[in-house]
Amino acid sequence: MSLINLTGITKHYEMGSQVVKALDGIDISVSKNDYLAFIGSSGSGKSTMLNILGCLDKPTSGQYHLNGKNVEILDQNELSEIRNLEIGFIFQSFNLLPRANALNNVMQPLIYRNIGFRQRKEMAMDALSRVGLGDRVDHLPNQLSGGQRQRVAIARALVTHPSILLADEPTGNLDSKTTIEIMQLFDELHKEGHTLIVVTHENEIAQHCHRIVEMKDGRIFNDSATEKASLGVAV
Amino acid sequence: MFFAFLESSRSALAAIFANRLRSFLTTLGIIIGVASVIAVVSVTGGMSAFIGDSFASLGANSLTIQSYTPFEDLMKGIRSRLTPADLELIEKRGEGIASITPILAANRSSQIKYGSQTAYSEIMGTTYTYQDVSQTYTEVGRFLAQSDNQTRRRIAVIGEDVRENLNLPENPINEYVEFSGEWFKIVGLLEPMGDIMGQSRDNLVLVPYATMVSILGNQARTDIGIQLSLTPTAEPDAVISQLTTLLRNAHDLSSSEDDDFRIQTAEQLMEQFDQILGTLTMVIGGIVSISLLVGGIGIMNIMLVSVTERTREIGICKAIGAKSHHILMQFLIEALLLSLLGGLVGLATGYGLGMLIANNIPDFPSASVPLWAAGLALGFSAFVGVLFGILPAAKAANLDPIDALRYE
Ligand SMILES: Nc1ncnc2c1ncn2[C@@H]1O[C@H](COP(=O)(O)OP(=O)(O)OP(=O)(O)O)[C@@H](O)[C@H]1O
Ligand SMILES: [Mg+2]
Repeated sequence: MSLINLTGITKHYEMGSQVVKALDGIDISVSKNDYLAFIGSSGSGKSTMLNILGCLDKPTSGQYHLNGKNVEILDQNELSEIRNLEIGFIFQSFNLLPRANALNNVMQPLIYRNIGFRQRKEMAMDALSRVGLGDRVDHLPNQLSGGQRQRVAIARALVTHPSILLADEPTGNLDSKTTIEIMQLFDELHKEGHTLIVVTHENEIAQHCHRIVEMKDGRIFNDSATEKASLGVAV
Repeated sequence: MFFAFLESSRSALAAIFANRLRSFLTTLGIIIGVASVIAVVSVTGGMSAFIGDSFASLGANSLTIQSYTPFEDLMKGIRSRLTPADLELIEKRGEGIASITPILAANRSSQIKYGSQTAYSEIMGTTYTYQDVSQTYTEVGRFLAQSDNQTRRRIAVIGEDVRENLNLPENPINEYVEFSGEWFKIVGLLEPMGDIMGQSRDNLVLVPYATMVSILGNQARTDIGIQLSLTPTAEPDAVISQLTTLLRNAHDLSSSEDDDFRIQTAEQLMEQFDQILGTLTMVIGGIVSISLLVGGIGIMNIMLVSVTERTREIGICKAIGAKSHHILMQFLIEALLLSLLGGLVGLATGYGLGMLIANNIPDFPSASVPLWAAGLALGFSAFVGVLFGILPAAKAANLDPIDALRYE
């Protein structure tokens, strides 16, 4: 059984008399431990897609089954719980809490699991050192560089040990060295059994993945496996 | 829930202190409301504790009898009176009475002379039991004795102010003063008692009751007060009803007429006083609730602003797993702490104000805040915070995560 199953998903925005079809009939399945990249031009609906997969946004129509569960019938609190337990979200614009330092940002999702401070801190420090940010944990987001903020955002997504990691342009504004480091981290996470879904417009990044889904005008234009996939299977 | 609660409190405090000036201005309504009520309560509280002490010194087992004139009669020029005859009657026929102290006051302010000096003072005729009843003791010389009354001696015990006003020597014993055309030998000087509410309690002359009666003659206007202390076994209610019957008969009151006197226990006197204070407190309470209402609206306003400012943060928290109640709690705690801190600042300010007021009135009892008042003030502040915090907090809790995240 697939982990994620979308059938006939649409997302329409009404802008006055005009209707913007951000997603226009999406059918896709993602199985456990998939390593998938969404690519496509700007405005093709990748972020919208990821928001729906992450249970942040609700589709206009269509069905979304996560782990066999119909997401549509869940209320906001149940969706919050799924986001907290199952999903690690890395946003295109980081979305860190501006008044909390790096450590507190990473500890934040654990609060909603009612974990005590000491354990929260331990888990957060683990996640931060995993992304190579063991120092500077007491810096506020605006005291960190873009790459460091990105790492904090990744640590926050990892700290809950989610089964699915969703990353929207995780290397969008990073130099090539940092990009490589982060992609290596993603590869590791995939090997550990996480399901990774990455939005990108860089081909190199997409080539790290095992499956590339190309989007155009809110539709899936192409869906194919990469060389890595066959390698992965061979190994 | 517990750790989430702790964390909410911590970050709420951080938010409040990050916007110190704003938080202060927001809670000003609450600070003023609480400060004014505490200032008033601390002053009146000190006063009632003080007066309570004075009444306690009367003893629980004592009764006061005074004439009582209904308002309509007062308008017609009729005045009820208690007369020396009433006193005799009670002395003879009253039951369960241990001691009886009459107080016969001359006109409020009588002229009194020593040599060429003239002064004005309150002159009262009473007996030796007065010193226990009013806790007045002599500093020099002696108090009135029982024999003084029996022999109607022309002697006087004076207060410190009288001695000073008449330029009497430090030890005025055996000096003579004159009033109502009679000479009185001074036998005692009272301990200074100081002022109460700006009114000196040392400007008085005590003479034996019987002497006073004879001086005033059979003036039709004589109206005395009577202080009784009861025997340990006497039932105050029984004594009151017996004395009531006695006095009603003596005054020839028909059953349709009301009593023209009042018999009260020390407790009742105190209750009366408490009632007046209670009314005062109610009025102030009304004023304060208005200022708390205004304060609450101020808090609601700033919380709504704060929810709007932090829309994106709320979106982020929801995106990483915050449920509605987490967000609700966060903002509710912030509103609660804000108003509670306002309440605390108000409490301290009010107490300070009360002390300032009490210390600036000479001999005024020092201010004290009863625990219930402090508790009530904080409780009300908390209530206002929660009440006016609910709307903004609910607004935050119901935000849609994706809309909140996109908010610019
Ligand atoms: N809240 C919204 N209201 C109206 N239109 C929207 C909204 N969100 C997205 N859209 C539209 O939906 C389409 C898809 O947007 P989306 O953000 O998914 O693109 P994207 O593929 O992530 O682009 P990019 O690579 O630039 O991030 C766009 O045309 C956009 O204008
Ligand atoms: Mg996008």
